[in-house]
Amino acid sequence: MSSAQIEIQLIASIVAIACAIPGTFLVLRKMAMISDAISHSILPGIVVGFFITQDLNSPLLILLAALTGVITVVLVEYIQKTGLVKEDTAIGLVFPVLFSIGVLMIAKKANDIHLDIDAVLVGELALAPFDRLMISGVDVGPKSLWIIGGILIITIVLLLAFFKELKLSTFDKGLAASLGFSPAIIHYGLMTVSSVTTVGAFDAVGAILVVALMIAPAATAYLLTTDLKKMLWLSIVFGVFSAISGYWLAHLLDASISGSITTMLGLLFLVVYLFAPSKGVIAVMYREKQQRTEVSLLTFLLHLKNHEEERERHVNHLNEHINWQKVRSKTILELALKNNLIVIDEKIVSLTDKGDEFTTQAIDYIITNEDSQIEGMKDDFFLFRG
Amino acid sequence: MLGSFAVLRKQSLLGDAISHAALPGIAIAFLITGAKDSNTLLLGALVSGLIGTFWIRGIITKTHLKSDTALGLILSLFFGFGMLLLTFIQKQPNANQAGLDKYLFGQAATLVESDVWMMAVVTGICLFVLLLFWKEFKILLFDKDYAKTLGFNTKTIDILITSFIVLAIVLGLQTVGVVLMSAMLLAPAAAARQWTNSLATMVFLAAIFGAFSGVFGTAISASQNNLSTGPVIVLVAAVFVFVSFVFSPSRGLLFKQIRFIKNRRDLQLHKTLSFMYDIAITHDDISHPHEIKILNNFQGYTKRTLKKLVEKDYVTLEGSTWSLTNEGFKSALNLYNQLTRNDE
Repeated sequence: MSSAQIEIQLIASIVAIACAIPGTFLVLRKMAMISDAISHSILPGIVVGFFITQDLNSPLLILLAALTGVITVVLVEYIQKTGLVKEDTAIGLVFPVLFSIGVLMIAKKANDIHLDIDAVLVGELALAPFDRLMISGVDVGPKSLWIIGGILIITIVLLLAFFKELKLSTFDKGLAASLGFSPAIIHYGLMTVSSVTTVGAFDAVGAILVVALMIAPAATAYLLTTDLKKMLWLSIVFGVFSAISGYWLAHLLDASISGSITTMLGLLFLVVYLFAPSKGVIAVMYREKQQRTEVSLLTFLLHLKNHEEERERHVNHLNEHINWQKVRSKTILELALKNNLIVIDEKIVSLTDKGDEFTTQAIDYIITNEDSQIEGMKDDFFLFRG
Repeated sequence: MLGSFAVLRKQSLLGDAISHAALPGIAIAFLITGAKDSNTLLLGALVSGLIGTFWIRGIITKTHLKSDTALGLILSLFFGFGMLLLTFIQKQPNANQAGLDKYLFGQAATLVESDVWMMAVVTGICLFVLLLFWKEFKILLFDKDYAKTLGFNTKTIDILITSFIVLAIVLGLQTVGVVLMSAMLLAPAAAARQWTNSLATMVFLAAIFGAFSGVFGTAISASQNNLSTGPVIVLVAAVFVFVSFVFSPSRGLLFKQIRFIKNRRDLQLHKTLSFMYDIAITHDDISHPHEIKILNNFQGYTKRTLKKLVEKDYVTLEGSTWSLTNEGFKSALNLYNQLTRNDE
């Protein structure tokens, strides 16, 4: 690994961490799309800043771009407050307009200078190490490393200082307000941090990757845990992991680094989405299937209890009567047998004492529909799963 | 046109997500065919747009992630993947690859006649289906449960609408590009929403607004150098939205403000009148003249309200005194009756 490679991975990882922290809160506050809006609408801010400073890395540029980001948020909220359109429509209206203004400004004034839209949207991480920061003639490292590192430190300090407030206002706005924290200040603070991070990162990794790095790790982590601290840590880990693995994927394919980091994020999310222990698609489907079986079993037992005649309790008759497929009725029968709820005597099914008691309980529960009854039932249900 | 449905269904940002999600489809279609035939590329875009949409659905229904997260996630992930493929293609020795990135920002000028025909045909089909399923769409839009109880297959209709939105977006990509597509979808519909409460009128108006912004935008961009078409169209559409927000008669900000001021004036007028009534009632003769100065104690009073009262013949002015007329007394009495009735 050359030093440039290490630097690229370092930058990517730091960007990932810096994005993951505000991203977690954005996802929890249901404002994920705002980050997308910000990443697009900072363009005019960058362009104006560029006209003034003629330098893509000056702090003024970041400040102006962050300001545009905040303006976006304010505009969206203002439009939303008029009640004329919904929030998502407001977002969808504001950022393309600001972006168009930015594109037009570039097209009119800045055609001949180094600032094209592709670079803003996609970014080029591979070039980041060549833009070095010189302090009194000494090479201290890539510029973007310093910028994003500085932003990260600020973010972490703010996070540690206001963790309690952020947590409270994220989960219970009313309580936070009544305790005297101003939700508005925290809201705009978070928005400012998001804007600054977006701006700091866009130069290195592009606007789209910023959005991906903000939302994807946080969303992935959210599928795995409901603890805020764990979620933060997990999203940082996911971000860094995909940054580094994405870099090597890009190295392998000789393709855009930001694109492959995003792809890694996507793969990571897909895996978690499918296999997450309690909230993944497969887990949910499995649970649904289990619940269906439980309900079927209950129906079956109730049927047995209601019918004393032997004809109704014949194994073959059950198939048609409750209208189940063969496989399904077989599973149910086996399950009931295994739990000693029924006995089968010459193809005639009858309830055991235990089964009878259980069914009575179930009927009680269904009739009264009281929560106190369900607790005992849950324990009983638990028996079947084994 | 279809944007109306998106706006009303609160899926505005879906357009944004789909337009980004279409990118890998374009790239993959190119990788498979190796040619830059716009129809196959659009097909690829359509397929990946649909995959993106249904994955978003899946995330929202199957997990506890919210719709905004799902949208942002799919949007950025698909786009990133598309970028990966695009850069990968660029490294391939294939002379055809140039110009694929046109799809990113769109360039109406690059459209050829066949593209335009294609668009016209698809628009025609959209229109036809829209008219055919008008009733179903409408019912689904405003009362999903009702539609279900009526026996409509809501899932199929849902998928139908979504597919058409995706189709429209993919077609528009060529013209205005990925980023600005969402504005094209939303802006006309949002503008139209301000002028009417009827779905039919709204769809019609949205189509008109959309067409106008397209025509004006193209004209402006053609008249100047260096102005790309997409952003100009979006800005024109934004102007439409802004004008609609401000000037729409029933919902607009301007008229809302005017109504607000008018209401306040009416209130002041009534207050003054009732105050006068309180004074007048203490005298036997209701038209007994009083000094204007008395009214100064009263806050809602201005010279203009007094003048208005005179205009309405409720009050007569003589020098520095005023007196309630018969008519004024009656209406003040009515005012009181109304108030007490309301209180009860």
